[in-house]
Amino acid sequence: MLYHLGKYTLFLKKVFGRPDKHSVFLNQLIREMDSLGVNSLGIVLVISIFMGAVVTLQTAYNIEMPFIPKYTVGVAARDSILLEFSSTMVCLILAGKVGSNIASEIGTMRVTEQIDALDIMGINSAGFLVLPKVIAMIIITPLLVLISMGVGIFGGYLAGNLTGEVPAAEYIYGIQYAFRSFYITYSLIKSVVFAFIISSVSAYWGYYTFGGALEVGRSSTKAVVTSSIFILLFNLLLTQLLLA
Amino acid sequence: MIEVKDLSKAFDGKQILKDISTVFHKGKTNLIIGQSGSGKTVLLKSIVGLHQIDEGDVVYDGESFVSMNSNEKRKLRQDMGMLFQGSALFDSSTVEENVRFPLDMLTDWPLDERRDRANFCLERVNLKNVNHLFPSEISGGMQKRVAIARAIALNPKYLFCDEPNSGLDPKTAIVIDELIKELTQEFDMTTVINTHDMNSVMGIGDKIVFIRNGIKEWEGSKEDIFNAQNEALEDFIFASGIFREVREYHQKIKK
Ligand SMILES: Nc1ncnc2c1ncn2[C@@H]1O[C@H](COP(=O)(O)OP(=O)(O)OP(=O)(O)O)[C@@H](O)[C@H]1O
Ligand SMILES: [Mg+2]
Repeated sequence: MLYHLGKYTLFLKKVFGRPDKHSVFLNQLIREMDSLGVNSLGIVLVISIFMGAVVTLQTAYNIEMPFIPKYTVGVAARDSILLEFSSTMVCLILAGKVGSNIASEIGTMRVTEQIDALDIMGINSAGFLVLPKVIAMIIITPLLVLISMGVGIFGGYLAGNLTGEVPAAEYIYGIQYAFRSFYITYSLIKSVVFAFIISSVSAYWGYYTFGGALEVGRSSTKAVVTSSIFILLFNLLLTQLLLA
Repeated sequence: MIEVKDLSKAFDGKQILKDISTVFHKGKTNLIIGQSGSGKTVLLKSIVGLHQIDEGDVVYDGESFVSMNSNEKRKLRQDMGMLFQGSALFDSSTVEENVRFPLDMLTDWPLDERRDRANFCLERVNLKNVNHLFPSEISGGMQKRVAIARAIALNPKYLFCDEPNSGLDPKTAIVIDELIKELTQEFDMTTVINTHDMNSVMGIGDKIVFIRNGIKEWEGSKEDIFNAQNEALEDFIFASGIFREVREYHQKIKK
C-alpha cells in the first residue's frame, strides 16, 4: 500500500514532467475528450434519469403525511441529486467504464512494448499518454455531472407526474425553493477531484502492467476497484471539508 | 562502437544478468544469442537504458551512459533506433503515421519534409502503397518492416533489434535479416541483434555473444563458432539437427 502510494507519486511527477510538443498534445486532448467523455454521455443520461425518478419516488413515499406539503419532495430530491447522486454516482460509473478503458489501453501498450518504443525515442511516455487523459477527464467530467443534474431532476419530474405522487406544479415549486447554488459548486469541485482520481489511478495500474494479456485484465480490475475506493474516501473527506 | 562494461541487473532481488562485458563494432551486425529466458531482452533493454542497470556501464563512442544527465541521455536517444520483439507499432496510427511519429515528435521539419522522409524509409524497406493501412491490416513481416522504417527514420547511429525474425517464416526471416545487414552497412550503424535463430547467426553474424543464464559464456565470430570448446554453446547450436550434420561433415573433410 505504502509502496504503491510512493510509486504513484513518482508516476504523477513523470506525468506532469517535461512535456513534448504542444500541437501534438492538443490533438491528443481533443481525441481523448471525444473518446472518454462523449462516449460516456449515453450511459450518464440513462443512469441519471432513472436515479432522479427513483430518488423522487422514494422521497415521496417516505414523507407521505398530511401536514407536509408535496413540494418538499421536490426540495429533498433536488438536494440529494445535486449534492450526492450526480457527482458520486456518475463518477463511480465512470470509474468502471473509463477507468477500465484507460487501464487496459495503457496496459496493452506496455505489454506490447509500445511504451518502450516511446521511451527509446526520448519521449516522456507517461506525460505523452496520460496527461491528455487526465486533462480531458477534468474538463469533461464536470460537464457530464451538470448534464446528469439536469436530467436527474427531469427524471424526478417525470416520475412524480406519471405516478401522480407529486404534481408538476408542486415539484417545480419545490426544486426552486431555498435553492443554494453552492450545492452545484460543491458537486463540481468533487467531480474534478474524482476525475483526477479515475484517470490517474487507472493510468498508474496500466502503466505498470508487467506480463501479458492476463495481467492487462488484472490491471484493469485493480484500476476500477482502487479508483472506486478512493472516490468514496475522498467523497467523505470533501463533504467534511466543504459542507461542515 | 558500444562498450558494455561489467553490466549486472537484478529484478526484485533475482539476478538476471551478471558482469557482462563486450564490445559491439560500428558498421557490423553484432548478435546476442541464447535460449529463451537467458536474459537477451533484459540485456538489450539495459544497454539502451530502458532498464536501469545495477552495476557497470555502457559506453557509446566514448561517452559513458551512466554518467550522462537526462538531457544528454535524451540527445543520445535520438541516435538510437530500436526494433521490438513484437514490432510495437502504435495500433491506432496508420503505417505512415507510425514511421513519421519520431519526426513529428522530435523535429521541427515542415510536414512535406517529414512525409518525404517517411516515404523514403518505407521504400527503403521495400514497402509501397501501404501508407494508409493500420498495423492490424498488414502481415507480420510487413509490420517488422514498418518497425524498421520507424527505427531508421531519424538516421540513427545505433540500431537495436530484439528478435527481428521471431514469428516469421524462414524465407521472410532471411529477407529481414539481410535488410538489417544492408542498412547497417549503408548507414554505418552499430547494430545489435538478439536472436535464437542459428540461420541468422550463420547469415549475418559479424560478431556473436552467447548468453546463458545471464552470464556471457562465449564470444567470437561465426567462423569460430563450430570450433568453440564450450559445451553449453554446442548444446545450443546443435539443438537443431542440421547443424550437427554440418559439423560432422566438416570434421570428415578435415580428416
Ligand atoms: N521487468 C521484469 N521484472 C522482473 N523480471 C523480469 C522482467 N523482465 C524480464 N524478467 C525476467 O528476466 C528473465 C530473462 O528474460 P528475457 O526476456 O531477457 O529473456 P530472453 O532471453 O529475451 O527470452 P526470449 O527469447 O523468450 O525473448 C526471465 O526470467 C524474465 O522473467
Ligand atoms: Mg526476448
